[in-house]
Amino acid sequence: MPRKEDLPHLTGTARFVGDVELPGMLHARIVRSPLAHARISSIGTGEALAQPGVAAVLTADDLPPATPPIPTRMFSQPGLERFLQQPLARDTVRYSGEPVAVVVAASRYVAEDAAELVELELEPLEPVLAVERALEPEAPVLHEEAGTNVAGSFVVEHGDIDAAFAAAALVVEERLAVQRHAAVPLEPRGLVANLDESGVVTVLGAAKIPHVNRRILAQLLGWPEARVRLVELHVGGGFGARGEFYPEDFLVPYCAVRLGRPVSWIEDRAEHLRACNHSREQVHELALALDGNGRFLGLRDRLLNDSGAYVRTHGLVVPGMGAALLPGPYRWPAYRCEVSHVVTCKTPAGTYRSPGRYEANFARERLIDVAAHRLGLDPVELRRRNLVPPTGMPYASGTNTDGHPVVYDSGDYPLLLEKACRRFDWDGLRRWRHERPGDGRRRGLGLAFFVEKSGIARWEYARVELSGSGAATVYSGSASMGQGVETVLAQVCADALGVAFEDVTVVHGDTASIPDGMGAFGSRAATLGGSAVHLAAESLRTRVREQGAPAPGETLSADARFESEDMTFPYGVHVAAVEVDVETGRVDIHRYGVAYDVGRALNPTLVEGQIVGGVAQGVGGALLEELVYDERGQLLSASFVDYLLPTAVEVPPVDVLITEDAPTPRNPLGAKGAGEGGAAAAGAAVANAVADALGVEVTRLPLSPERVVALAGGRT
Amino acid sequence: MKPPPFEYDDPRRLDEALALLAEHGAEAKVLAGGQSLVPLLNFRLARPRRLIDVNGLGELDYLRFENGTLRIGALTRQAALERSSETAQRVPLLTRAVRFVGHPQIRNRGTVGGSVAHADPAAELPAALSALDARYRLRTRSGERVVASEELFLAARTTALAPDELLVEVEVDVPGPATGSAFVEFSRRYGGAALAGAAVLVTLDGSGACERARIGLLAAGPTPVRAREAEVWLRGATIDAATAAEAGARAAAGVTPPGDIHGSSDYRRALVETMVTRALLEAVARA
Repeated sequence: MPRKEDLPHLTGTARFVGDVELPGMLHARIVRSPLAHARISSIGTGEALAQPGVAAVLTADDLPPATPPIPTRMFSQPGLERFLQQPLARDTVRYSGEPVAVVVAASRYVAEDAAELVELELEPLEPVLAVERALEPEAPVLHEEAGTNVAGSFVVEHGDIDAAFAAAALVVEERLAVQRHAAVPLEPRGLVANLDESGVVTVLGAAKIPHVNRRILAQLLGWPEARVRLVELHVGGGFGARGEFYPEDFLVPYCAVRLGRPVSWIEDRAEHLRACNHSREQVHELALALDGNGRFLGLRDRLLNDSGAYVRTHGLVVPGMGAALLPGPYRWPAYRCEVSHVVTCKTPAGTYRSPGRYEANFARERLIDVAAHRLGLDPVELRRRNLVPPTGMPYASGTNTDGHPVVYDSGDYPLLLEKACRRFDWDGLRRWRHERPGDGRRRGLGLAFFVEKSGIARWEYARVELSGSGAATVYSGSASMGQGVETVLAQVCADALGVAFEDVTVVHGDTASIPDGMGAFGSRAATLGGSAVHLAAESLRTRVREQGAPAPGETLSADARFESEDMTFPYGVHVAAVEVDVETGRVDIHRYGVAYDVGRALNPTLVEGQIVGGVAQGVGGALLEELVYDERGQLLSASFVDYLLPTAVEVPPVDVLITEDAPTPRNPLGAKGAGEGGAAAAGAAVANAVADALGVEVTRLPLSPERVVALAGGRT
Repeated sequence: MKPPPFEYDDPRRLDEALALLAEHGAEAKVLAGGQSLVPLLNFRLARPRRLIDVNGLGELDYLRFENGTLRIGALTRQAALERSSETAQRVPLLTRAVRFVGHPQIRNRGTVGGSVAHADPAAELPAALSALDARYRLRTRSGERVVASEELFLAARTTALAPDELLVEVEVDVPGPATGSAFVEFSRRYGGAALAGAAVLVTLDGSGACERARIGLLAAGPTPVRAREAEVWLRGATIDAATAAEAGARAAAGVTPPGDIHGSSDYRRALVETMVTRALLEAVARA
């Protein structure tokens, strides 16, 4: 089945925000702090403003004094409000790249030239870069009024953790760290804003959560929502980062309103790497208690999450999701995770595909392998002994997200483990592992099991219209990031309404034509968006049955709001077989397999694409990608020369096994979200394989060649 | 990501270009394939007042063999060098090296002369040309001179080219019989910057011993360098795993590669050893 999105993408007719040209359009350039931590003494705008073609140069003093900071939209906690970011820094800058002024000019060239002429007088302060430093009592406090660098903290626990460790026959402990890296979508962000005669500001280039961002923008402007319209065009990837509300999401519409001219801002890549949310920088001080038979007794974690300089829209969702899903597919009589969300003088961090879980899965699955090595047990067998049995479903894991209990909806974990080992030929891979490769080469296998979640923010809206000609139109509150949501929603509509797929058109992402919506994030579009479409289409079908089909020129419509009682929990297994060159440190992935139970695969091709894309990003995080800062807080991996995304050469072919053994009872489609499982355990599986190859315990990512050589006990 | 303002010339003949260089050379940059200069302009890391675009100088786009010498016009695209079957037969080291230059799209635009004049110490062609004892023809409006790699490459991204000089040709003597070559490099990612690399030519004598070894290193210091001490040590040796490793160690001992976020100096020095060892064994197998 061809995707609805294929024709516009392949023929070049898809319109992205960078394609938008409006008459009289001006171009914005954000002036960013060159220092990681400094007091702002003064900002001189005169020379920039005097340049021909410059329409405005605005600093924080030029914004309405009542402009609130950018709020959190989820997983908030009292106290977080002290760490929110203003659209433009007022007195202090807290990361290199923080917006301090905006230049609006007749062209991008003029805007960039003028931006260089803005005179920043900054009084440098000590940059606080490491979480460990930020926690020291004498460390500078980034947000003085807060009096602490800990933006938020909480504990997730159940059972008697001390008793579990006291009773243990074996305790393994490691400090496991994941490096700062980022989503880096193919298309950087961009916005074109315009105020029309009726007093409505329209913002093109919205993504992910147009309705949520309309509310935030209205709040920052102090306007009613009715005067704010957000419109999504084609979007070149989001992965959690793109589409959140950033300083530019206020500044660009504000400039358009203030100047009465359309204003365009198209982020360039260097800017993107400093400005868009980073992610994944976490330390887990993790301890695992086992009895003499290799049964898990308890899991204890101290989780430090590096927030960067501010708390952005996601609030505490990254460590929150990590703490909620760190237990994974196993039974734990006792569990305790203490979370601290700590600010540092680096780009603020937010979500990235499988947020919190990529890191948690790495930590837990690595430590389970460490335990297996100590016990002399096969790592697969150790996992098998501790899986939640299918008879235990639904299973209350004892954790919670944002106060809501985590209850796994359905699953047969032992069955998936068995299917994965068979499909990826685990026994054959073991033979391969023990063959003698050439000199200086060693082979290893890694397996990682994980439970994902899908469908956070538990509702979605849809309306379905049927015209007299038999054509159906779906209006969905979901958003498209390029993942194929139009295709899958059209399928769901066609099935439920009994019309042809080709006769269904999907409209999304325009707050003017769709009354409400939650958008696309956290693997929710197909499950919650699809369920809303399903309900609306079924209700419409009932109407047609009762009232007859619409006459030519007539339209019948029905809408629905689907609310799920809870999230759904897909689960999966990653298998990696690697060959390591111990002289250079190169890691070649010989075989990569992902088995993923998504309840029901609405479109298996799209599910497979999601998984393969997720593996590409997950392997990038395991081996290549790292946002490195120097001691002054300057980002060194500031372009694609140094921020190493994997190419088609580094991404292995991925063997994908999609299973449908455990449909969810939590929505009418039985489907669980498939967007994040490809990334979720890639760091864990690759690290386990490299550890197996080298016979040493890997405790941090990425496995850069120099680190691999050092682990191998090489010459450095 | 837009360059600051600059003046722009696009001469159609070499003498025009040289006249422009004579007049404006001190404040101008020569634009050939643009694969390094244009990003530098867009990042505003290079801010020349003037660009002299030499892409119109068709007379510098050639690749020909004359009396045992390969002459490569400075404007020859890297892709043309890569596809030259005569080069693959007679100077295969260049064919091997050029395949490591970026990606096909980059090689379609990037020029041989541009790679030399940009003098990135991690670049493949300067190291391979250095191993081949290449000569570089530099021209001004009033004359020309021919220099060797050691004279041309002064420091990282710095050459002996005077402001009014244009690199017009690279000359390479076709290696003699019983010579094998290899180009080996290590980068973190396909097509990415080399962390270390070696361009090696080995000529064997009648007994199968090494008559002459030439070892060019990239990313081992501020310029492409020859591992002269290792070359001398190999003379007369039978190149096997042990002697190749010894030569590799000697090559590594003589360099101090720059460290960065992708690898420390010590790690890179160890890589030099590995690259030279592997390249020697590969080259000798082809000799």
